Amino acid sequence: MKRRSLFYRRMVEYVMRGISLLVLGISLGGMGWILWTLVTHGISVISWTFLTQPSKPYGVENAGIANALLGTLYITTVATLLALPPAVAGGIYLAEFGKETKWGNLIRFSANVMMGIPSIVVGLFVYAIYVIPTGSFSGFAGSLALGLIMFPVILRTTEDMLLLVPDSQREAALALGMTRCRATLSIVCKSARNGLITGILMAFARVSGETAPLLFTALWSNSWCTHFFTSPTANIPVLITEYTTNSPYAAMHAAGWGAALVMMAGILVLNVGVRWLFQE
Amino acid sequence: MSRTGIGLVLGLVVLAGCFSNDWEVSEKGDAVVLNGAGATFPSPVYSVWAFHFTESTERQVQVNYQGVGSGAGVNQLKEGTIDFAGSDSPLQADELEKDGLTQFPMLAGGVVVVLNVPGMTDGACRLPADVLADIFLGKITKWNDPRIVAANPDGKLPDLDITVVYRADSSGTSFLFTHYLTQVSPPWAEKVGAGAAVRFPVGIGGQKNPGVCNNVAKISGAISYTEYSYALETGLACASLQNAAGKFVAPSVASFTEALKNADWEKAPGFYMILTNAAGENSYPITGITYLLYRKNLDETKKSALWRYLDWCFTGGKFKARELHYVPIPEEVVEKIQEIHP
Amino acid sequence: MSDKLFQTFCWLCALWIPAVLLVILFRLVGSSAEAWNTFGWKFLISCEWNPVEGKFGAIPAILGTLLTTGMAIFLAVPLGFLTAFFLSDVPPWLGKPLSHALDLLAAIPSVIYGMWGLFVLAPIMQKYVQPWMLDSLGLRYLPFVGKDGNGFGFFTAGVVLTLMILPYISAIMRDVFSMTPTLLREAAFGIGCTRWEAAWDITVRYGLRGLLGGIFIGLGRALGETMAVLFIIGNVIRVPSGIFDSGTTIAATLANHFAEADGLMRSVLFALGLILLVLAFGVQVLAWYYLQATKKQRGEA
Repeated sequence: MKRRSLFYRRMVEYVMRGISLLVLGISLGGMGWILWTLVTHGISVISWTFLTQPSKPYGVENAGIANALLGTLYITTVATLLALPPAVAGGIYLAEFGKETKWGNLIRFSANVMMGIPSIVVGLFVYAIYVIPTGSFSGFAGSLALGLIMFPVILRTTEDMLLLVPDSQREAALALGMTRCRATLSIVCKSARNGLITGILMAFARVSGETAPLLFTALWSNSWCTHFFTSPTANIPVLITEYTTNSPYAAMHAAGWGAALVMMAGILVLNVGVRWLFQE
Repeated sequence: MSRTGIGLVLGLVVLAGCFSNDWEVSEKGDAVVLNGAGATFPSPVYSVWAFHFTESTERQVQVNYQGVGSGAGVNQLKEGTIDFAGSDSPLQADELEKDGLTQFPMLAGGVVVVLNVPGMTDGACRLPADVLADIFLGKITKWNDPRIVAANPDGKLPDLDITVVYRADSSGTSFLFTHYLTQVSPPWAEKVGAGAAVRFPVGIGGQKNPGVCNNVAKISGAISYTEYSYALETGLACASLQNAAGKFVAPSVASFTEALKNADWEKAPGFYMILTNAAGENSYPITGITYLLYRKNLDETKKSALWRYLDWCFTGGKFKARELHYVPIPEEVVEKIQEIHP
Repeated sequence: MSDKLFQTFCWLCALWIPAVLLVILFRLVGSSAEAWNTFGWKFLISCEWNPVEGKFGAIPAILGTLLTTGMAIFLAVPLGFLTAFFLSDVPPWLGKPLSHALDLLAAIPSVIYGMWGLFVLAPIMQKYVQPWMLDSLGLRYLPFVGKDGNGFGFFTAGVVLTLMILPYISAIMRDVFSMTPTLLREAAFGIGCTRWEAAWDITVRYGLRGLLGGIFIGLGRALGETMAVLFIIGNVIRVPSGIFDSGTTIAATLANHFAEADGLMRSVLFALGLILLVLAFGVQVLAWYYLQATKKQRGEA
């Protein structure tokens, strides 16, 4: 290593620490700013009616967003249920059995590529393979699209989190006479639980705000979500996009911001809540 | 473990809610659901219509409409994923025949030229057709260009650069506007042409109608085109345009209606009609008609529900359309449309 | 016996990914056939985009995608590294809430980033930041900057994308810092290294694979991002002349034109989707090659 004066090294240290503090400030400040924008634009329309009534077209009294909130909850939950089991199992395969194997590399590689596919292409794909054959838009089609987007994300997170578990734990479990299956599920997955949950949450949050894939799958409806598998289903992201970019009326723009605020608040509460539920 | 349990139970409750809804309604029985999608231009009216009609039938017929774009709507109709489509550009009669579709006009509205020039109030600025085309071609670059001044002898036009703003995404609005310019300006027809998306020679893009209006409001000296209701809501000044009769007409529901009345529907197979540069002294030159299409082989229950809905739109619904500054189809045309009722 | 079953089950689940990818790839190839037949490989090097005449070229969209992604990575990687560095050495009572806050930043939906960019950031860029950079800093005279800014364009889009992928990158880098064996870091401190030197000389070398993983996750996200970019990129399909210029990206072009596209244009849009997929693919190949090539140097082999 090169010889450097102590003064120079001290300076680098302080400068870097200073900059890193600044950077953290920038990213958290950016978040604060975005939240503040949402609150100032959206708070005025929030009311009990807004949260409990279904959406209605412009000019009709007592409009709300409750149907879209419920629809988003259904669509995203079903998407998670669809994607979670195979994605976690796939992640286990990568971390436990496929570290440097041909299959492992192929799958890891495909997952990375798939994460780069724009969500609108996934939406079109689901439109072509599910909506056209079944002949109708549905909340379930939206779930399929979101599930496809979540799949590689959860898979890679699972792998990363399981790899963080030290091998000594696996060895200890196996030495106690556990089968590989048992050791993986009840020892390795358990130690990686927090990381897994964080990863799944990030995936959940990421897809709950996806608009483009839902436009061609779940579509939109002003009614309650009564036929999840056969009819268009209301959802928040499409509502926000429609209200803010496809409507001339100021009242609709405000409602769009309100809906964005509610969704953001929901995601924050979910994040904090699940952490509280699952973390010691 | 108990916390995991709580999480699981919560998840199950959500799921149960999801499926119980399905049961509940299927027990209630025979509500007919009509799904429509397509043009964004009429979607404020269509969603108001759908809402009030659905209420009036006590939810026996439930209508949905989603503005996804005319092209997407027509494609989805052909693919059989929706029951009716809205489109801002009509299909030719032979294409209708080929795909087994029925098409007729539902509403009309206007595309207006909006501008942000200090001292220019709504309707005050008159733009002859060739001048408008040359502005969008980039040949006229100043607001005090002699040709603009000549058309506005009373107005005080500032020495200000013109910034052209156009719709960046594909849209029926762009189609109507460029279609008008193509008809009135040979250079435009040659260099640019008409289409939902064209290559504008100059200017900056705006994302959908709100993006366009936003840019015009922000940039002093900007000019663009948008739908009438957006201009009204954002309070931007509209220009008076020159119609086929050579008169300058300001956009209004009355001048759009005038254009619609002067259309010759007798010679329009499959109601194919583009109203830009329409005849008539008081016709607004960029009036657009939005169409509704459905498949001829739609199943009978849905078809009769759809006609129940359409009849309601043409009678009770038209007042709601006027409230939103859209022009309902005149009586005579409605009668012709009802002739195709099976 | 049950182990074999478990392994096979996991393998089958994981196999879904390449399978789905292949099906998507086939659909994209099939749907874009018309475009390739019409333009051939010249589609890849043509700058023209004229829907009325039916002439299309992919260069503006490809360049725009590379430019926004490049800017976002260029800004977000050092920022993410420094954030992780900071978090790795503050006491837990401060570090924990801060890293949770960063995770929350990752939870903000992209459409909200887009709306914020459109209504808040773009006007500020137009009024204050860009005039200041152009005039006070004199950037106007540099090539590839642009002569004036209207608030929209690559620069603003790059900033929003940076903010958007930063939490992803820094979260992964934070894990890399905590993964570095304490023994190594303590040994470094023992011989008198400062914290920065320990981070730069020890963690970066030890965790290069992890750091790269973080970068590529951010890269993947930035490449395909639609809504956050769409509202602020300016949506002009032409070859950009500078970073303050308006332009487009592949994802934004798809979102803008898909709904109204028909026939050849629809096929062209699918071809753009295919190009994006190939780009994502290329990035992965590069990363893999880099890791292979530097294996010895990093003492992994």
